[in-house]
Amino acid sequence: MIDIKNLHKRFGRLEVLRGINETIDEGERVVLIGASGSGKSTLLRCLNLLEEPDEGTIVFDGVDLTAPDTNLDLMRCHMGMVFQHFNLFPHKTILENITLAPVHLRLQKKAEAQEKAMALLRRIGLADKANTYPAMLSGGQKQRVAIVRALAMEPRVMLFDEPTSALDPEMVGEVLDLIRQLAQTGMTMVIVTHEMGFAREVGTRVLFMDEGEIKEQNDPQTFFRSPQNPRLQEFLSKVL
Amino acid sequence: MQAFIDQLIKEFTRTFITDNRWMWFRNGFQNTLVITVVAALIGIAIGVVVSVVHYMADSVKHKKKRRSPGAWLIVALDKVLAAYVSIMRGTPLAIQLTIMAFIIMAGFPNKIVVCCVAFGVNSGAYVSEVIRGGINSVDVGQMEAGRSLGLSQLASMRLIILPQAIKNILPALCNEGIAVLKETSIVGLISVVDLTRASDLVRSRTLSPYFPLISVAVVYYLLVAGLSAAVSRLERRLRQSDRH
Repeated sequence: MIDIKNLHKRFGRLEVLRGINETIDEGERVVLIGASGSGKSTLLRCLNLLEEPDEGTIVFDGVDLTAPDTNLDLMRCHMGMVFQHFNLFPHKTILENITLAPVHLRLQKKAEAQEKAMALLRRIGLADKANTYPAMLSGGQKQRVAIVRALAMEPRVMLFDEPTSALDPEMVGEVLDLIRQLAQTGMTMVIVTHEMGFAREVGTRVLFMDEGEIKEQNDPQTFFRSPQNPRLQEFLSKVL
Repeated sequence: MQAFIDQLIKEFTRTFITDNRWMWFRNGFQNTLVITVVAALIGIAIGVVVSVVHYMADSVKHKKKRRSPGAWLIVALDKVLAAYVSIMRGTPLAIQLTIMAFIIMAGFPNKIVVCCVAFGVNSGAYVSEVIRGGINSVDVGQMEAGRSLGLSQLASMRLIILPQAIKNILPALCNEGIAVLKETSIVGLISVVDLTRASDLVRSRTLSPYFPLISVAVVYYLLVAGLSAAVSRLERRLRQSDRH
């Protein structure tokens, strides 16, 4: 579904990604872990070209996203993204946050989009907040709305960029629960996270990134039980 | 005391009543208002375009290899607009106004329109700087969220960034409006009769400075105070979404 070939990304003189080659299949839940600065967020952000790679290609559903004539906006409609800092639109109500893109892009009629948004909000227990503004929600509620906002576009893959890192500890659970529910629906996901227990439980494959490369990958059980790479062993001994 | 009041009434009559001189003030007031409002609107329109082009040019500047033809166009346009801003800020408005009246729009019959264009084009340069600051004050994550949902850069700008930027720049924008209002007092240079020019004309008839000058000063002040009050009300309303 997503084919990454020879991906390089530099920020100035710092080479953040040094030739990533990876394929993500439909239905997979790929978890990226690694220390800060290892390039995992950059890799995730390259997948929908929020970061533009310096070299290499990313092919999504047979379309090369890095080709200059690709309609990126159209491709991004199929790739939902959830950010560390939620990035809800503070000047729009919760309902408007969810319906803005599908209505503006004429993917859904306004009434239809609102109905769908309300159904999604009911599912996460926030229907009563539909007409309030993001500032009135807790961090956990904001992130759940952000997830729902991405889902409203009916994406084929969801990208999560450290979705719980900016949350107070007592709110992490509710967000992870929602992602867990989403995993059960078979949604393809790429998740950058520091929650190792969650990675083991939800992921179908875990990748360890270090110094801009994927140093090791495996199914979650093997990955955490018998890490091979010394850097990974060191990393796991610190975080587990 | 009685003599003073009599003098006051006499002065007032001479300034406003005799020969229907209040009509001069009324027409001048109208022209001042029209020029200010139209110029401010032109200025905001130009300012938005200039700052959005600059933003878009900034976002493609880092890519050297895979630039599309549209990206080259934006970068070129941004250079031209930067020169425009620099020239507008680097030359006196009085000179710009006279150049507009006697060179660029020479022979154009309606001098009020000339004023609107001259002040609008000048104000646009300042407004663009104000809006640029406002756009930069909005968290980059907002644009990223818009783009990740499949909105184009322009759509994200219009629906997400600018509405938030406006809130941050309203006070500065209000100051620019006030500046335009006060700057219109030089349109007498090209023989347009605004509030200031009207008072000058009346003063040259009556040879008495007090009433014409003090009264127009009061009118300018009331306009500015009204504008400020309206903007702070609007600001309060826009801040609704920030409430916790």
